[in-house]
Amino acid sequence: MTSAQDTSRDIAGAPGATNTAGGSSAKLPPSASPARLPAGEKRRRSGGWIPRLELALLIGPALITFVAFVIFPVAIAAYYGFFSWSGYGPAVDFVGIRNYVTILTDSSFHEALGNNVFIAVASLILQGPLALGLALLLNRKMRGQSIIRVLIFVPYVIAEVVVGIGWSLMLQSNGALNGLLVKVGLGDLAQDWLSNPAIAIWTLVVIITWKYIGFAVILFLAGLQGVPEELSEAASIDGATYWQVQRYIVLPLLGPTIRIWAFLSIIGSLQLFDLVWIIWGQYVAGTAGTSTMATYMVANGRNSGSYGYGSAVAVVMFVLSLIVALIYQRFLLRRDTAGAVTGGKN
Amino acid sequence: MATAISEKPQKAAEPRVKPAPASIKRGGTPIIYFVALVLIGLMLTPVLFIILGGFRSNSSITVDPSGFPVEWQWQNYAEVLTNAVFWQQVGNSSIAAITTTLIVVGLGLMAAFGLARYQFRGRGVIYALFAAGLMFPMTVAITPLYILVRDLGLTNSLAGVIIPQVAFALPITIIILVPFLAAIPNELQEAASIDGCSRLGFFWRMVIPLSVPGVITVGILAFIASWNSYMLPLFILADPALYTLPLGTQVFASQYSVDTARVLAFTALSMIPALVFFSLFERRIVGGLTGAVKG
Repeated sequence: MTSAQDTSRDIAGAPGATNTAGGSSAKLPPSASPARLPAGEKRRRSGGWIPRLELALLIGPALITFVAFVIFPVAIAAYYGFFSWSGYGPAVDFVGIRNYVTILTDSSFHEALGNNVFIAVASLILQGPLALGLALLLNRKMRGQSIIRVLIFVPYVIAEVVVGIGWSLMLQSNGALNGLLVKVGLGDLAQDWLSNPAIAIWTLVVIITWKYIGFAVILFLAGLQGVPEELSEAASIDGATYWQVQRYIVLPLLGPTIRIWAFLSIIGSLQLFDLVWIIWGQYVAGTAGTSTMATYMVANGRNSGSYGYGSAVAVVMFVLSLIVALIYQRFLLRRDTAGAVTGGKN
Repeated sequence: MATAISEKPQKAAEPRVKPAPASIKRGGTPIIYFVALVLIGLMLTPVLFIILGGFRSNSSITVDPSGFPVEWQWQNYAEVLTNAVFWQQVGNSSIAAITTTLIVVGLGLMAAFGLARYQFRGRGVIYALFAAGLMFPMTVAITPLYILVRDLGLTNSLAGVIIPQVAFALPITIIILVPFLAAIPNELQEAASIDGCSRLGFFWRMVIPLSVPGVITVGILAFIASWNSYMLPLFILADPALYTLPLGTQVFASQYSVDTARVLAFTALSMIPALVFFSLFERRIVGGLTGAVKG
């Protein structure tokens, strides 16, 4: 996941905002009359093509860049996915759905997909409650609050490469963690944290939690700012304890934020690449059991010179993410239209 | 999918930050402070491990991997800082990150202004298109993206990294900026137009100055994302002279894997810019997100 996710809550919030603003901006022509003019009339009055030209100038460059480098690549991936293609010259060796059959029957892809799912679930279970607790804690008035907020965000700001190198040096078999364990007399607990297939994926989950929990906390903290204080006040006047207030008032109101975070976390888990590639690399990831769909794609696509196959893997990842997104949105929509503000915890 | 949620009657997002309600929350008790301390320790230990490790010698790291620097070795850091390759990579990363940020902010502001303050058919569709872009990080498009960049002849140039980065940063930028621009009071625009200011003139003279807080938020996000970006440079840049810092750091780490202390020093130095940038603007970022998340 990238820094980007932060605000997708806006996906929900903003269209409403734009509508209102757009609607009212329709009444803006120089001779602004108090009555709102419909958009069409407005356009006619200001000369038709000028606003269009302005719009084209304003939105055009961004839209063209976006479509050309975000949408279009996915489309050509869908095309190349039907070819056996080494990446040079025109793709002529049409193989139909063979690439897809290979992917879907390849046990290493199954393993990678399984790892992605494991990471997604573990991230939700570990990061969610932890981040929620931290956000509630940091939402109280305390000294040093702002410095704690900064520090908790530090891992999120550091590059994946730095995180990967630092952690792999710390966790290698003769690394700092094992050294520390020996020093405090817990040498029996020392492990091959990175290469033992039984625990490597847990190591990965811990590193992911460390790296991305700050993002969840900041998101939740931002959500908590939106919880009206009057509600908590009223409840505590009625005799609710601090924890009751959190459980029955704050948490439910935080539902939408939690749901958005969970969504971003799932999508991020399905696309995980950097950390695995940096810490384990192409070959070790396979044996340590930490490969993901994305590392599978790079290893079997670009790095083996099979661009057709790599494109097909990209399409599979895209479709899987899209399905998850659609199911999740439907689920979200159903919940929110049903007026269920009951906690987003499960 | 974005249109789907947008149907829900959400309150308009206002990028204004309410002061945090305070009275109900109890202050810190010793337990809370203890938890907070443990937390800070957990968050910072790996970072400190990298920074302090850079001050140690390889032999002492081998003997006692979890120890503190006994005698402080400035040599590792000095070597990295006098290494021309390191500075070349800092330069490449800076060019990529600054250019990306400037273009993203420019294009994003223009598009967000169009989407927030013009009434036209297809606006919802375009907005939903950008919003959908949020759902799919670069990973999924990287293979075809590489082919596309290669066909454009942009591999082995920073432009080949910058342009896709701009494209992938646009969704979040636009989605943060639209509510910002939509929240600028209409009266302002009316007053400007009464004074003879065209809509584009309004954009230049009023919107850009007024949107500075939002611009800083999206600018920092774009800068940090670009500074830390790994996968795209990995695919696009084959020439070591063009390596950005993350790529260079990883290559350095595998090249000098026996020289752990120097690797740690190199790694520590490479994370400084993002950290400095973030701590300078932390309040802005969190504030900007608060406005956006609150909905």
